[in-house]
Amino acid sequence: MNDQTSAASAEKRASSDGLLSVRGLEVHFPIRSGIIIERQVGAVKAVDGVDLDIPRGATVGLVGESGCGKSTLGRAILRLVEPTAGTVTFDGTDLGALAGEELRRMRRQLQMVFQDPMASLDPRQNVQSVISEPLRAHGVGGDHRARVRELLDLVGLPASAANRYPHEFSGGQRQRIGIARAIALEPQLIVADEPVSALDVSIQAQVVNLLEELQDRLGLTYLVIAHDLAVVRHIADIVAVMYLGGLVEQAPSDDLYATPLHPYTKALMSAVPIPDPAVEDARQRILLQGDLPSPADPPPGCRFHTRCPFRQPTRCADERPALRTVAGHPATHRVACHWAEDIEAGRIQPAAEAVIEPDPAPDPAT
Amino acid sequence: MTNSEPLLDVRDLSVTFTRKGGPSVRAVDGVSFTVRPGETVGLVGESGSGKSVTSLAVMGLLPRRGVQVGGQVAFDDDDLLTLPRDRMRDIRGRDIAMVFQDPMSSLNPVVPIGIQVTEVLERHQDLKGDTARAAAEDLLSRVGIPDPARRLKEYPHQLSGGMRQRALIAMALACRPRLLIADEPTTALDVTIQAQIIELLKELVQDTGASLVMITHDLGVVAGLCDTVHVMYSGRIVESAGRRELFAQPRHPYTGGLLASVPRLDAPRGAPLHPIPGSPTDVLRWSRGCAFAPRCPNRIEPCTDGPPPLESIGGRSLRCLNPLTETEEVATR
Repeated sequence: MNDQTSAASAEKRASSDGLLSVRGLEVHFPIRSGIIIERQVGAVKAVDGVDLDIPRGATVGLVGESGCGKSTLGRAILRLVEPTAGTVTFDGTDLGALAGEELRRMRRQLQMVFQDPMASLDPRQNVQSVISEPLRAHGVGGDHRARVRELLDLVGLPASAANRYPHEFSGGQRQRIGIARAIALEPQLIVADEPVSALDVSIQAQVVNLLEELQDRLGLTYLVIAHDLAVVRHIADIVAVMYLGGLVEQAPSDDLYATPLHPYTKALMSAVPIPDPAVEDARQRILLQGDLPSPADPPPGCRFHTRCPFRQPTRCADERPALRTVAGHPATHRVACHWAEDIEAGRIQPAAEAVIEPDPAPDPAT
Repeated sequence: MTNSEPLLDVRDLSVTFTRKGGPSVRAVDGVSFTVRPGETVGLVGESGSGKSVTSLAVMGLLPRRGVQVGGQVAFDDDDLLTLPRDRMRDIRGRDIAMVFQDPMSSLNPVVPIGIQVTEVLERHQDLKGDTARAAAEDLLSRVGIPDPARRLKEYPHQLSGGMRQRALIAMALACRPRLLIADEPTTALDVTIQAQIIELLKELVQDTGASLVMITHDLGVVAGLCDTVHVMYSGRIVESAGRRELFAQPRHPYTGGLLASVPRLDAPRGAPLHPIPGSPTDVLRWSRGCAFAPRCPNRIEPCTDGPPPLESIGGRSLRCLNPLTETEEVATR
């Protein structure tokens, strides 16, 4: 792929109309207590006020660590879990207002690819039946056998695969079957939840390439949910970083990786190991202390302030920052940090104990 | 790195799983490597490469039935493979310790953390009661667990994943082992926690002078941590080299393929990925040729005639008849 054309097409995609728009989305899971009389004693705020736009034909990557609510957000968009509040507008239709048959019909347009292809395929259903099930469920007529052959061909599997069962395939091939099922109804949007993280490293690239190829051929729009920043950087046009139920930074992929503005994004990126000793030895790392706080009892103010190496005595602990633009950066780059400008200018330095300097004595061999 | 005598010397290790009424499976096939004091050695491979079975064989943790283990594992002057069980128990946990991938399944869910940590100290160091408890507290704080006294009373499910892995590392370090084997210790963890654990392992290795065998599928983890790297494929080592040499110039097509197939955070976006075709299950039996031949872009006729030997070329070992040259490596980047 040519660098320039891909950048240009990404720009074109980003500027074109939105396919999906999420506003103020919240998913709170109630915590109940009591045996006879159950009452709600609290809520796990898995998703807590998220705004997200997905332009038609683009790939939006959603990254975050386990427990940050990224999968719940993906599921809430498809209404596989019911949002507590907020709206999801798909192609001009408010998904929250749909019910019953209307919602079911709308689901043709929104499909999902799951993480573990073994768990998401019925072991007793052959591939023909797996892939044609959405066609049957949505009453699509025509020759299902021919359609399944065509889909198998699209995802790079032989036609003979149709008569076999999931256990006869390797992990990468199973994920291809899952993708074939997702594209069977010619959806507009595919939500892929950790599509490659269960696969062997040498296979991951095959599936990533397949997703990109299908996007070019079928004009798909993707929401890719993943914890692997390198994969997301590779595949996504726009990246949204999520922490404890909220987005902390959102930007075109290149901007985000070139100039991460949020302390969490910085820490996340410095934590990703790079398979190159020269780079690894020369890197400065920001190490986060502790673990993700409980989403049932999120910290007040900025959700990240309990672990933030750039924490300031004012504002951080009592005022929740909203996503905003920062001078000197494109309007599409938005960050939820009170101190983004000062951190970028170097006026605020990270706490010394959080920074790991590169090895002072590099191997003389190089 | 010192040039002293190896601490661990694995020679020609092979592990075969036999099944009633089925063909036997050779999971590890003639693996040899050494670990010197203070050295960090990486075993890299995908699922099915035999890297975990190798470590279990070294630790004597494979089941007795249905498994044939061959070769030698020299540790000090002992061959760990022929050592009587009670002698092995003394060494395991005291001189050699292991950290596993999934901290939840390696901790006993119904026993408080404290008892599990002090158990090691009682078994190997004859510490009792309050002394053992104090030592356990000290261990937990050393691996960076805040409020260790309270944590000791808690059960594994009350700890987060990163905390559990820290507790396991604390247990592994309880007796100041000379060799620590870590089998995918960070795979189940998030990247920021992974970075914490890797920093912790680095520090501990530096402070205690222990050797570390790091088993992982993640080339990035190896790049920042290991002195020597052995790449395994289908039960055999296919390439061994110092990490700088290996990453600067992979010679085996499998190593090169792995490096070309992982997206890098620092690579320009849109740089194409070059996946290795096929899957790790498409292997040839080593007796019939190179196991990687069915997926190999550099395959030549003799590759499928017989097993390629492991040869030493310029400071590295390589099992390949048609290795990558410098120009090819550049082309894959």
